[in-house]
Amino acid sequence: MSVMGLFFVLIASIALWWLIKQGVLRSSFAEEGEIVDFPGAELLPRPPAAKVGLGVFLAVAGCLFSLLCAAFFMRMDAPDWQAPPVPGILWFNTAVLIASSLALHLAERAAGQRETDGVKTWLVVGGGCALLFLLGQLWAWRELAARGLYASSNPANAFFYLLTGTHALHLVGGLAALARTAHKAWSGRDIAGLASSLELCAIYWHFLLFVWLLLFAMLAGWADSFGVICRRLLS
Amino acid sequence: MTDATLGEKENVLPPPAEVEDVELYHAKSWLTHYVFSQDAKIIAIQYAGTAIAIGLVALVMSWVIRLQLAFPGAIPFIDASHYYQAVTMHGMIMVVYMLTAIFLGGFGNYLIPLMVGARDMVFPYVNMLSYWVYLLATLVLTASFFVPGGPTGAGWTLYPPQAIMSGTPGNDFGIILMLASLILFIVGFTMGGLNYVVTVLQGRTRGMTLMRLPLTVWGIFAAAVMALLAFPGLFVACVMLLLDRTLGTSFFMPGIVEGGEHLKYNGGSPILFQHLFWFFGHPEVYIVALPAFGIVSDLISTHARKNIFGYRMMVWAIVAIGVLSMVVWGHHMYVSGMNPLFGFFFAVTTLAIALPTAIKVYNWVLTLWRADIHFTTPMLFALGFIVTFVNGGITGLYLGNVIVDVPLSATMFVVAHFHMVMGVAPVLVIFGAIYHWYPKITGRMLDETLGKIHFWITFLGAYAIFFPMHYLGVLGVPRRFYELGETAFVPHSAAALNIFITMAALIVGAAQAIFFFNVFWSLRHGKPSGSNPWRATSLEWQTPETPPGHGNWGKELPIVYRWAYAYSVPGAPEDFLPQNAPPLKGEHSP
Repeated sequence: MSVMGLFFVLIASIALWWLIKQGVLRSSFAEEGEIVDFPGAELLPRPPAAKVGLGVFLAVAGCLFSLLCAAFFMRMDAPDWQAPPVPGILWFNTAVLIASSLALHLAERAAGQRETDGVKTWLVVGGGCALLFLLGQLWAWRELAARGLYASSNPANAFFYLLTGTHALHLVGGLAALARTAHKAWSGRDIAGLASSLELCAIYWHFLLFVWLLLFAMLAGWADSFGVICRRLLS
Repeated sequence: MTDATLGEKENVLPPPAEVEDVELYHAKSWLTHYVFSQDAKIIAIQYAGTAIAIGLVALVMSWVIRLQLAFPGAIPFIDASHYYQAVTMHGMIMVVYMLTAIFLGGFGNYLIPLMVGARDMVFPYVNMLSYWVYLLATLVLTASFFVPGGPTGAGWTLYPPQAIMSGTPGNDFGIILMLASLILFIVGFTMGGLNYVVTVLQGRTRGMTLMRLPLTVWGIFAAAVMALLAFPGLFVACVMLLLDRTLGTSFFMPGIVEGGEHLKYNGGSPILFQHLFWFFGHPEVYIVALPAFGIVSDLISTHARKNIFGYRMMVWAIVAIGVLSMVVWGHHMYVSGMNPLFGFFFAVTTLAIALPTAIKVYNWVLTLWRADIHFTTPMLFALGFIVTFVNGGITGLYLGNVIVDVPLSATMFVVAHFHMVMGVAPVLVIFGAIYHWYPKITGRMLDETLGKIHFWITFLGAYAIFFPMHYLGVLGVPRRFYELGETAFVPHSAAALNIFITMAALIVGAAQAIFFFNVFWSLRHGKPSGSNPWRATSLEWQTPETPPGHGNWGKELPIVYRWAYAYSVPGAPEDFLPQNAPPLKGEHSP
């Protein structure tokens, strides 16, 4: 649960920062009922709604993954825990996901410079790499299953499937959004809309990459000592 | 600042009140207009209708429970399995599918866009999906009544290992449908929750600063944020329990020998489930309570013709309750065998919640102090809420202490406590809110006489049901028991009290027919309400049409000049100043 603690400190500080930026502390306030504050306090440009929406969604997804990690560290303590060997293909998958994230970043830059061809190239590279990552994850599952490491045989295996599966499902959802963005790119009508969708996709990809790196570290056992610290802290 | 400069400033500053990136969807056919609607007002009515319908199922379940407790064995249909199924479904439906859905999906959808001065939610399509996924979740849940073995009887907390073991009723299909339905509900809710939060952040009209939002919006906003962060806990718990049940993983299931045979499970941690479940479960109480707090503040201020006392304190109290409620889940687990130091930590945070909550109660009372109180039906319900909530809150102080909780935890005292605080109290607010906003939704008033009869039966009846339960709890009558049998410590008079409670429950449940009759009868025959029957200040009462048309505001969005509580302002022509009325002469900018 220390993981949740850390996550909530992060969320709470973002929320507090935002409340203060909105002027909650200084805004005038009159309990007598006479209050007139002329429009102006909020003429600051607001970020686009879709971007804020994505931010809120990332908070929810982040919460989901932190809870899974918390459960991972708590369950890890039990004596029956036997971490499965890390399939070698995960290294390749990680590289592909980094490439995918990078490609979307470049696509976003190309859209900023109105280079439609560049956008299309990088979109294909980014989407292709993401698909490759998903296939690689499936391959890793097969490799574990081939060694007889099923979800029911050990909780560590079950967590492996659960964590990678949840992450992959999020990426599939991202691919659906990316397909819509690609549609915009190929129909070529709405360049400004394309740029903003690409930005959102890129943010989401970076988020999933970040989550994957943490999950990979956990699954590979590099975060075990962190788990031990967490449990010592709370027991 | 003089009047001249004010006028000038108005002329200099005409930025569009419209938020450009919010597109308004226009329905093309009857089907997209009324069924697959993207209009938040229609979605709100769909949400509320579904929630009330499934809530009635849960009401019938409560009758089943009460009949068994009063007349054990008298009705052959209610055997132990059916009793536990009724307990489970009553709890789960009421907490998740009824209260959460009606406050956020119902009132959230209807009131947020209107109160912040927006034309609709920010993502109308996602909003529509949210309702349909919710409906699907409800149908999946209802389906579990019709599968072999019936719905799950695991208790609404679904604790493993018993939730999926063979002794529990509904362990073959019921539990799977329950978990699937909860997963769907959370997916649907997340879509809606994104909308509520982002609309409050992005959709506010010009002049509607955060500190001018009506407290209803603050309550719903804070509850939506909390729900977005808390429901993943239930989601993770449900997914992992579902895997334990279907794939035979051992996330939660310890090694178990059943009938001399070792089950396939090994080494799982039931406590882990409890942590995940209550990580959602406690915030859930406030997900229901915060919108109720907000709505009550607005009802009281409007019907007492006085500004809410301590608006800013109220906002901070909502935020503080929201933050604190995320770190108190352990108080549901005092008897789970966790480290006593945790118990100390959770008792401290739990009791600390009493501070912001007490601030809110004092502020409501101070708002009423020397106010021009109109005893309308919504006001009666709001006052009923305050009394009931204080009552339930005080027993919460008892149960928040580890040492008092341990002996009381498994008794009816807990049932009395949580029904008072998160059952009766929020339901009173729901009724008050419906009586208050019905004129805006339909253009007609609900009948006041019927409303008052409904209030008194419900309010006094609810006390007749739940107040004696405290006493039963102190006597040591256990909760969850199908049948008490003969015990040395429970006197025979407890049975008489149980019969009394059951009678009250049957009467209160049946009396809700008055309310439904009123709602349907007034649709056609109610007194036309006009646009602002309560002479209220907040924006939803200032729409050009009643009920508000598609897009809410006609051609131009309203511009907001003041907070939502300008009642009985000295020098004003009437005893209320709408939020969008241009400033008075002499009303000065601070």
